[in-house]
Amino acid sequence: MARNITYREALNEALAQEMERDETVIVMGEDNAGGAGSPGEQDAWGGVLGVTKGLYHMFPGRVLDTPISESAFIGAAIGAATAGLRPVAELMFVDFMGVCFDQIYNQAAKFRYMFGGKAVTPVVIRTMYGAGLRAAAQHSQCLYPLFTHIPGLKVVLPATPYDAKGLLIQAIRDDDPVIFFEHKALYDLTGPVPEESYALPFGEANVVREGGDVTIVTLGRMVHTSLSAAEELARGGVQCEVIDLRTTSPLDEDTVLESVEGTGRLVVVDEAHPRCNIATDISALVARKAFGALRAPIEMVAAPHTPVPFSSALEDIYIPDAQRVVNAVKTVTGWSR
Amino acid sequence: MTDTVERKALTGEQLLSAYRAMRTIREFEERVHAEFATGDIPGFVHLYAGEEASAVGVCSNLDDRDTIASTHRGHGHCIARGVDVGEMMAEIYGRSTGSCHGKGGSMHIADLSKGMLGANGIVGGGPPLICGTALAAKIKGTGGVSVAFFGDGGSNQGTTLESMNLASVWNLPAIFVAENNGYAETTSSTWSVASDNIADRAAGFGMPGVILDGFDFFAVHEAASEAIARARDGGGPTLIEMKFTRYFGHFEGDQQTYRADEVARARAELDCLKRFADRTVQTGELAQADLDAVDAEVAALIDQAVDSAKAAPLPTEADLLTDVYLRY
Repeated sequence: MARNITYREALNEALAQEMERDETVIVMGEDNAGGAGSPGEQDAWGGVLGVTKGLYHMFPGRVLDTPISESAFIGAAIGAATAGLRPVAELMFVDFMGVCFDQIYNQAAKFRYMFGGKAVTPVVIRTMYGAGLRAAAQHSQCLYPLFTHIPGLKVVLPATPYDAKGLLIQAIRDDDPVIFFEHKALYDLTGPVPEESYALPFGEANVVREGGDVTIVTLGRMVHTSLSAAEELARGGVQCEVIDLRTTSPLDEDTVLESVEGTGRLVVVDEAHPRCNIATDISALVARKAFGALRAPIEMVAAPHTPVPFSSALEDIYIPDAQRVVNAVKTVTGWSR
Repeated sequence: MTDTVERKALTGEQLLSAYRAMRTIREFEERVHAEFATGDIPGFVHLYAGEEASAVGVCSNLDDRDTIASTHRGHGHCIARGVDVGEMMAEIYGRSTGSCHGKGGSMHIADLSKGMLGANGIVGGGPPLICGTALAAKIKGTGGVSVAFFGDGGSNQGTTLESMNLASVWNLPAIFVAENNGYAETTSSTWSVASDNIADRAAGFGMPGVILDGFDFFAVHEAASEAIARARDGGGPTLIEMKFTRYFGHFEGDQQTYRADEVARARAELDCLKRFADRTVQTGELAQADLDAVDAEVAALIDQAVDSAKAAPLPTEADLLTDVYLRY
């Protein structure tokens, strides 16, 4: 039965249900319980995000706090995955990938290929991304394009509580390394989520709004921005089809291409910086494989090529908003030779 | 360090097995050195000759429950862990019959079924992974121990230092083996390691530190035996430092202009195989004829490995795209 819960609660429920189902699932990260070695409460925080709250007492010995040593514990999660566990490690902010990236892209991502198919590394690295909380340049980046670039990794970005639960369960059950991106502005988003366990397959985009005039391809938090824009445009008679990619690796090319074949117009909305991001990737895909269907040049809406600024006056214009999406749609619908 | 474990004498069979492993490593590396010079072996190759007592002295204490992670200089660790020598040679030649079907090469030979989590092209790549395999053994209660081998270069990587701290904090059954062969590429460890010894750092991570003559199989075996037994019993990690010399350059092709005559001296006076043979024959534990028989057997094995590797098929274009994911 579905009830309305938050994105945070949906993630917590996914972890609890998988830990209950499979005793090889463990959780580790900085303050994932919280209070290790302190005189006060154990499970003091449940992660700085609160996602792992309560698991420490439910699953004794399987929720591990770590020192602030991302290389060591992300690497340990990867090593443990090769040895029969299914670790879910929390990299608190994806911005911290700089201090542990080797273990992710040179170790986990490559074991299977470079060892001739002999390694299985079912590790999940959960991480928080995105702007909007005045967290400034080193705690607000998107960075999923960097991971999407690496063969051997799967990259997942749930936009709703329903997807958060189903995609995290799939990530834990998946036998390949998965980088699981949680947008920090979505944790309190509420939506219907079934109580029972379910897994959503990777590589299947979600058409979150149907429409015949323009295709909007987006992901993560920008799904909501794009839906707001689509609603406003509908009032003016322009019907947008909004596609949430859900996973950038694997990528559901077919859903994107089929939609563009129908609409002939594409706007890609991506919170990442504009060079070599998901918007450029989708644009290249459509330009190569659906060129004949295009009735207007592709428009991209992305953050600017700058670090994420701190001041609200700047951050609010840094993050792509619905008005920019509306403008992009108007550009492609108004285009003529 | 105090001797807390009663020293068990090795049986004749164990001694012969250790000798065979060390001789196999030496013969393998000498042959790869010779074959590389002909131009038939592609890529980067880093040879382990001279360091055999470390790999074999440590790994002869391990069993099926245990895992090791190695370095770019990994052939010796693979052989000491029982990885098939023919498949290793084929891998070095880039053949489809290789340990990794020709997709890894010298720097990535692995066999997880043998508890060998891979040679590693990244200096300091192994220690975090070993914390994970040790954690898995601890959680599953297998009694398994994990060993990270790294060099004097790797001892200066943050990953290694973080991992030693984590292993102590989590009280993991993990052993850290610093193989100090004197040089990180061309840079002397007397310059790059700020403390007098790498093992001195153990105190900073709350674990015992041991300094050994890395050419002395018996010293290595005994110290490793004690550390591994302690780890199995829940006593936590140990840092062991081997001091010795590698007989070849950093990689094949290295002119070694940074070195003096230490290799000739080591080969003449310190060599682990020579000392092992002298001692075991002198005490009567092994007969010279037994050792000679092993030498002949190993020489034939390596000949066979090279011949097979050269004759083996290369991977095909279809292999390029396989084994990136289990499912995608």
